[in-house]
Amino acid sequence: MIPEFGFFALILALMLAVIQSSAVFIGLKTNKSSYVNLTFSAALGQFVFMLIAFIILVVAFVTDDFSVAYVAQHSNSQLPIPYKVSAVWGGHEGSMLLWTFILSVWGIAVTLLNRSLPRLSAARVVAVMGMISIGFIAFLIFTSNPFDRILPNFPLDGQDLNPLLQDIGLIIHPPMLYMGYVGFSVAFSIAIAALLEGRLDSTWIRWARPWTLMAWVFLTLGIMLGSWWAYYELGWGGWWFWDPVENASFMPWLTGTALVHSLAVTEKRGVFKSWTLLLAILTFSLCLLGTFLVRSGVLTSVHAFASDPTRGVFILGFLALVVGSSLLLFAVKAHRMVTTGNFQLVSRESFLLLNNILLAVATVVVLLGTLFPLIADVLQLGKISVGAPYFNMLFVPLFIILLIFLAPSPVVRWKKFEINQIIRSSIPVFVASFVVAAVINWIFSNEMSLSIVMVSTLVFWVVLNLFKDILVKVKFKLSLNSLLKLSSSYRGMVLAHIGVAMTVFGIAYTSTYSIERDVKMNPGESLTVAQYQFEFARTEPLKGVNYRGTQGVFNVTKNNQLVTTLRPEKRIYNVRNQPMTEAAIDAALSRDLYVALGEPLKNGAWAVRVYVKPFIRFIWLGGVFMALGGFMVMMDRRYRLLKKQHAGSQVADGGVVTS
Amino acid sequence: MKKSNTMMAVPLVIFIVFLWFLWKGLSNDPRILESVLINKPLPQFSIESLKDKNIIIQSEAMPKTSYLLNVWATWCPSCRAEHQYLGKLKQQGISIIGINYKDEREAAIAWLQQLGDPYQLVVYDEAGQLGIDLGVYGAPETYLVDALGKIRYRHAGPMDETVWQSQFLPRINRLGKLGGKQ
Repeated sequence: MIPEFGFFALILALMLAVIQSSAVFIGLKTNKSSYVNLTFSAALGQFVFMLIAFIILVVAFVTDDFSVAYVAQHSNSQLPIPYKVSAVWGGHEGSMLLWTFILSVWGIAVTLLNRSLPRLSAARVVAVMGMISIGFIAFLIFTSNPFDRILPNFPLDGQDLNPLLQDIGLIIHPPMLYMGYVGFSVAFSIAIAALLEGRLDSTWIRWARPWTLMAWVFLTLGIMLGSWWAYYELGWGGWWFWDPVENASFMPWLTGTALVHSLAVTEKRGVFKSWTLLLAILTFSLCLLGTFLVRSGVLTSVHAFASDPTRGVFILGFLALVVGSSLLLFAVKAHRMVTTGNFQLVSRESFLLLNNILLAVATVVVLLGTLFPLIADVLQLGKISVGAPYFNMLFVPLFIILLIFLAPSPVVRWKKFEINQIIRSSIPVFVASFVVAAVINWIFSNEMSLSIVMVSTLVFWVVLNLFKDILVKVKFKLSLNSLLKLSSSYRGMVLAHIGVAMTVFGIAYTSTYSIERDVKMNPGESLTVAQYQFEFARTEPLKGVNYRGTQGVFNVTKNNQLVTTLRPEKRIYNVRNQPMTEAAIDAALSRDLYVALGEPLKNGAWAVRVYVKPFIRFIWLGGVFMALGGFMVMMDRRYRLLKKQHAGSQVADGGVVTS
Repeated sequence: MKKSNTMMAVPLVIFIVFLWFLWKGLSNDPRILESVLINKPLPQFSIESLKDKNIIIQSEAMPKTSYLLNVWATWCPSCRAEHQYLGKLKQQGISIIGINYKDEREAAIAWLQQLGDPYQLVVYDEAGQLGIDLGVYGAPETYLVDALGKIRYRHAGPMDETVWQSQFLPRINRLGKLGGKQ
């Protein structure tokens, strides 16, 4: 009976979402202010029933209820408990449930933390979020019910979770990513509510910023975790593959990054209002598109989509409704958003505008590349994929231009600035950066690579300019105390930009200086890669909870000093009889040593992959810095102060009807 | 005011075009592309093996029964999608020859180790020369070659159950009769 309660909870959540999304508008029509409160109560109720549905599915997994089809397909009695829980989001139905559940979590967060906003405006935001909930809960109920049963002859054991997904990275990666995806629904709802109200003043923006930043922080961490997982789990040492699933998360990150920046400009200077609104709409639309592209399989195989026409049509219809109606609203109302400020060609505003344009171009590049197979198919050009070469060719120059303008940006002031001043203040730093980049490149490789020196000069230019700006800000009295006096949002900005620099640095060095060797090795043999000797000492049998296999033992030495012992594994998972490669990695800031066992060959020999990857950790460390920076900006005092200021005035605003 | 109003509608217009593509993509079946090489012999080639660059595979080494020629690459997501199904075909005893198309050797080998190897042989068409001779549009593509080495059918797009049942199996059954007569 219990799984049926889960389904029942979904139906109740749907009904509450309908109330949540309509009450405030009915209240406005009939002039009943009590309806505003109904919106909030319904959001609370929706959250409670989504929580119940989610817990019931988790319980079904933990208690091995294989009469539930979804559990039977994605779990097994032998599976360790943490993986039973993470198997909840290991397939289509469960990840959609997690998505929808997280949406209700954000809904309840907005319901509880809206003091600084007029009550009616907050109710509109929550109502718009309710509309998105309706779509998703209906999608679950009508096409993707995770509580479907196999009765009466249910299987005695499950088909097991795909071994690729039996990993700590995959326990936390999807929830993080979904927190990011769904988090942008708040910015989206704010934009829609602002358009409905017909105004976007600084109260709105100041309220929207921390929510948008929080979503951005989660998305950044989610993408970073996904990349890290692919690196150590897929067994060939790649960290980004430009496949549609990754691109689906990267596109909203790019527009989300643009949104975070344009919100800053709109808050401080009152310009770019309609652009900011459009970005908020587009970012969440890309989140929706991404979720659906991934979940429907429209890209990887056309038939997976066509084979389930209800799901495909529902998806497309929902996308058309949500995005189409918001863009229609934008078309009708956006011109009313009056810009209050003005700025000159050389100013911080135009630098940020350029940042936005570059990020938008980057998004279009990814979108076209991802959808190219689909477009080519429709235009009858055959089914063609563009691979990584396309993306790399376009992304490298785009990001170099982005860095060129990012570097001097802390110096540039709002409104009006002199180009000479930028040149005067940046040139010495640029020269210093060039020297640092060249020296580091020389120490590292005993040679100079033009492209590496060029890119890392830009990287150090970004970092040194930030340091210089800090020094100017604290009047050259560098101490912990003076640093703490800087605003949290400024410190966050510095941290996030250093993160960008670190990631670019890591990417540049890793892609140029990685050494990858695929060789046949017998136990007892040695291989020299870079300055390291990899000795394949022996193999040992391996026995895990739900797998068996072989473990290789590799002693890694440098100048006859033992650096580490690596133990890569070749696992065979019992239930699906699926082989898995567990790479062994010795991680350090300056390099990763990576050994993976391939196939066993004749006479005890193994196909072995040995990689030395310099500075690859910087890629993910940069991501952590970006997320941390975003978090610090979010914690800035002015967002908290505002709550207190407006606490008194909100009651008065409650009944006012604008637009 | 009027002018800025029209500007604001641009995103909507772009989205409608975009939606049209998605809708067509949804209702479109993978295209069936006629090849000029249908009923002509497979072009002659002499090309490195994927797994060992010292081994040269020539067109004479192709199976003497009817077989599938599958063009794939690691950079192509649709290839990943069809890969599992190719494995199933192999289990049914279908011979599949792989053409690794404009790819990196190491990545391709790692791919086969990771996802399983459904191919009897894989040739490494690094520059895409064989692809040009065959008239390959892009990956994935699958050719049906009969026992006499003639190309009988070409399918552009991922292979799956429906394509196999509706396009390949009937032709293979017909070929069986043909082969009997010749």
